[in-house]
Amino acid sequence: MSKQMRDRIVLVLNRIPVNVAVIGLCMIWLIPTLGLFVTSFRPQEAVTKSGWWTALSSTEADSTAYDQSCAGCHGADLKGVDGVDLSDSALITDQFKGNARRVQLIFRGELENGDPHVPEDMEPSDPAQAATEILAYLEAQTGAGTERFTLNNYEDVLVGYDARGGTYEEACDTEGPTGTRSCEFWKDATRQGAIFRGVLNSFAVSIPATLLPILFAGFAAYAFAWLDFSGRKVLFTILVGLQIVPLQMTLVPIFRLYAQLGLNGSFLGVWLFHTGFGLPYAIYLMRNFIATLPRDLFESAYLDGAGHFQVFRKIVLPLALPAIAALGIFQFLWVWNDLLVALIFLGNKAPVLTYQLSQLVDSLGGGWHRMTAAAFISMAVPVIVFLAFQRFFVRGLLAGSVKG
Amino acid sequence: MSSTTPMIMRQGRAVPWLYVGPALIIMAIFVVYPTLRTTYLSFRNDSDSGWASSTCPDSESSCAGIFENYRRAFSSDSGRTALGNTALWLVVMVPGTVILGLLLAVLTDRVPYESLAKSIIFLPMAISFVGASIIWRFVYDPNPRIGLLNAILKLFGADSKAWLATSPPGNTFLLIVIGIWVWTGFTMTILAAALRSIPEEILEAARVDGANEFQVFFRIMLPQLLPTIAVVLTTMTINTLKIFDIVWVLKGIDTDVIATRMVSELYLYNNDGLAAAYAVILILLIIPVMILNIRRFNAEEAAR
Repeated sequence: MSKQMRDRIVLVLNRIPVNVAVIGLCMIWLIPTLGLFVTSFRPQEAVTKSGWWTALSSTEADSTAYDQSCAGCHGADLKGVDGVDLSDSALITDQFKGNARRVQLIFRGELENGDPHVPEDMEPSDPAQAATEILAYLEAQTGAGTERFTLNNYEDVLVGYDARGGTYEEACDTEGPTGTRSCEFWKDATRQGAIFRGVLNSFAVSIPATLLPILFAGFAAYAFAWLDFSGRKVLFTILVGLQIVPLQMTLVPIFRLYAQLGLNGSFLGVWLFHTGFGLPYAIYLMRNFIATLPRDLFESAYLDGAGHFQVFRKIVLPLALPAIAALGIFQFLWVWNDLLVALIFLGNKAPVLTYQLSQLVDSLGGGWHRMTAAAFISMAVPVIVFLAFQRFFVRGLLAGSVKG
Repeated sequence: MSSTTPMIMRQGRAVPWLYVGPALIIMAIFVVYPTLRTTYLSFRNDSDSGWASSTCPDSESSCAGIFENYRRAFSSDSGRTALGNTALWLVVMVPGTVILGLLLAVLTDRVPYESLAKSIIFLPMAISFVGASIIWRFVYDPNPRIGLLNAILKLFGADSKAWLATSPPGNTFLLIVIGIWVWTGFTMTILAAALRSIPEEILEAARVDGANEFQVFFRIMLPQLLPTIAVVLTTMTINTLKIFDIVWVLKGIDTDVIATRMVSELYLYNNDGLAAAYAVILILLIIPVMILNIRRFNAEEAAR
């Protein structure tokens, strides 16, 4: 073997542990989220019956148990016994509907003439397991089984349907006029309890709370970078320090101030709070970017007779777009994902998504099938923003944020 | 500030203040005033009707005067639990995220699907802590047909456990795992950027001289990365001190940290004075780290 070839083999072998480690870690990072995602599309019965990791396995139902214990009488076509047509999906649905225990009871029981339902030589070693497999096979053959994936969970949480069982649509079909909550009640997805309303509230909070700090920070950053005024250095140093003030430090006084002004529970109060709290970092990030713009640009503009506002609007803003994008995405996601400010200043008066989610966890009234759907709705916007603007988001974060 | 004075043209004295004024006023109202006010309130009683010493029962000999709220914070069981758990978070999460981030930065640098791997690790940074908490509550579910952790244990024949209902400090460790899962993408990204700035020739020269990969890492990469690691450590210390949402959403037996204890006292029990004291304790823990931050900023400016 030539030395070159040996080197190459050694190189490849050396890479294996690295690849195994990276792929392994990525799986650990990804699998919890994947579980949430898969579960949000599974029907309620399926979520408690089997792990989400089984939902992706093959659809081919195993016929072994049926062939061993049932095919002798019921036949391969499921119609072997007169009057008991197992290929009839209505029969399977009415009799069993996902209840393997009933299958087990029936096939351990007796026929009308007193003989055992399943002859001894055809009896499975593990009747419970066999019953589950037989039911799965029958459901797959007749199409009577519950569907593997559904959008019901999303529909239910969007309208805020939180009854123990069933779906919003079923409630619409069955609930009579005497029901405490009629279908009309659920149909209104703009109720404060509905997740759809939470989505609207989250947008209503996040968009102004992103634009306002950028606006104020842009002006201030220009002055800090290119204008001369007394106290500039001291003010900027204080500003760097203000970045690390924890939210907790500001809650009590602002809460009391808002109580006096009647701003608790209002969007305006939250916008202003996020603006004030977001400004130190926003100015810091913007001024560091604007300060790196070439000096000649400003000198020639001033010489041409441009005023400060013109320079700001025509030169600074267009050139600072990358910084504005980084800041905007960072601030948007920060506000969208915030729980504490929304909890204290909005609460259940105008619940945003994170608040609704924390309430769902407390009650767990919705069950996992709905909680996963609600969680995924709240994650969809950040994930899309992140994937679309990853570069800007990372830049905004790495500029030195210690916010919160 | 920059070493050279900016060039100023036709500038009145008032003009700069038109630009910084609005931002300064908003920050003064929403950050500076509340910070001072909260500090003041931490010396007042819970209804702000007198000094904190007024909450001392007459018979109580251990009254701490106007520091009574701080005495309550440090001597009550709930306060000690919160302080202890915050220490636990710091001790586990800060090194945890930095070591894992460093490991991932070095490893992902050597695979062809580097950007995909980094995106996967970084993704949890984009979602809310509440979302992350729900994702992991699902993993920790007591039912082995729902919770992945118990399903894996069942595979090895072990009994299922109601993980989040376990006793401290085990339950806090489970919450710290979530924190590490979220923040490692952050440390990895910063460290990866620093790693890339190490000149390839230095590493190659060492390899040619017969150094193995471990020697290259410990003798060359690590010393070069130390300044960045210091930055990441301070940043993660602040981030960890501020951890709130995960503990708030998944609170178990005695899992409180300072940040959640503060909100509980304020929001649930209306103990405003005590809540303010917790907030001040939190910022007092952060200030030393902030001073490091400002020093770093000034050093960077000087190097410009």
